[in-house]
Amino acid sequence: MSKTRDILLSPIFTNNPIALQILGVCSALAVTSSLSVTIVMCIALTVVTAFSNFFIALIRNQVPSSIRIIVQMIIIASLVIVVDQVLKAYAYEVSKQLSVFVGLIITNCIVMGRAEAFAMQNPPIPSFFDGIGNGLGYSVVLLFVATVRELTGSGSLFGYEILPLVTNGGWYYSNGLMLLPPSAFFVIGGFIWLLRNSKIDQVEPVEYKLASHTK
Amino acid sequence: MSNSKDSVSRTVMVALVLCVVCSVIVSAAAVGLRDKQVANAINEKKMNILAAAGIEVVDGDLDTAFATITPKLVDMRTGQFSTNEDVATYDMRKAAKDPAKARALTGEQDIASIRKQSLYSTVYLVEGEQGIERIILPIHGYGLWSTLYGFIALEGDLNTVVGLGFYEHAETPGLGGEVDNPKWKALWPGKKVYAPGSDVPAIGLIKGNAPAGDLHKIDGLAGATLTSNGVTNLVKFWLGENGFATFLTKLKAGEA
Repeated sequence: MSKTRDILLSPIFTNNPIALQILGVCSALAVTSSLSVTIVMCIALTVVTAFSNFFIALIRNQVPSSIRIIVQMIIIASLVIVVDQVLKAYAYEVSKQLSVFVGLIITNCIVMGRAEAFAMQNPPIPSFFDGIGNGLGYSVVLLFVATVRELTGSGSLFGYEILPLVTNGGWYYSNGLMLLPPSAFFVIGGFIWLLRNSKIDQVEPVEYKLASHTK
Repeated sequence: MSNSKDSVSRTVMVALVLCVVCSVIVSAAAVGLRDKQVANAINEKKMNILAAAGIEVVDGDLDTAFATITPKLVDMRTGQFSTNEDVATYDMRKAAKDPAKARALTGEQDIASIRKQSLYSTVYLVEGEQGIERIILPIHGYGLWSTLYGFIALEGDLNTVVGLGFYEHAETPGLGGEVDNPKWKALWPGKKVYAPGSDVPAIGLIKGNAPAGDLHKIDGLAGATLTSNGVTNLVKFWLGENGFATFLTKLKAGEA
């Protein structure tokens, strides 16, 4: 029981796929300019990771090792297409904003990484929870980034105005940079800094040595 | 054990079975959800048209709200209604890409930078007891980064603007993206497209704020000169001689 708990919860802070392993950063840049879109992306990714892990673990003993990456890709791609179709049918507005990024879950390093690193060695149920856990870890970072970006970039959260904008007669000058993808680098960097401040063991040893300036 | 798992025949077998299973799942999802997706796309278009026309949707009942609107095809060469294509299935964007269904614009004509224009355009009429109450015209053209697609709605006098809205663009958020700002869109209603006695559109954006009471000028978007120019150009194009000007003149004279 505590093992399941560990599998489920450790990817959130102690072994976060984005903050510690620096995987799956691409979509963290692209879809985080508004919270509502981000939440759908997080759900989509969590569902895909969980089920791809489940199905891959289910057939892990049948898969010939020469084609295992292709097998994983086929399963992941099929799941992503199904998710994309469902979104188009039931969350049309959001799916338009996510556009290609749902399709790009296929290439998201987290999904492939968990399939190869965990699901190929473990039974289906733990793999399923590992997928959910990593999806949650991804979601925590994305939601943090999206909250910062939407609040400072548009002065709103979930589209509701929090900081009244100058253009709408308020006082807040929106920061246009925060709406553009590069700003997510700064926010993710800030998140990693915060995280490693409290979890010092995540700080990597320095690979260089400062030379003294003068003798 | 591991030997038999990695044999060629086994590998082919696993690949085949997996592909068949996955393709069945994928096609089932695509076919099963198709109707719903098509309905979504149609609803979205209706919403955009209604939004441009300033018609309110009560309780999300799109079809009732849309029942007052009649789509019609206009032949852009003659400026008259046409029934040569089926209005329900006609797609302006697809037609613009088909050399047989579009005309190329020369550099001088093409102020909206769209290069090709479909021969027919779908317009939407709101008809009341005294004839046409409103007309909604499709417009598109290039801004800074992207083509802006939208609608402009005119009153029954075919000169006064009821509303304007873009439903697809990729302009800079916060700058050119302010074309979606309701406060800016609220500047359009009441403006006149043509000066009296002229069929060259006088409407357009100017840098800074338009003088109070000006009938043709609209505030430019701050920090978005190129998007503002793009919007002016596309409005001038679609309401000009290569756009709907001929059609509107004929419609007013009752010859369309």
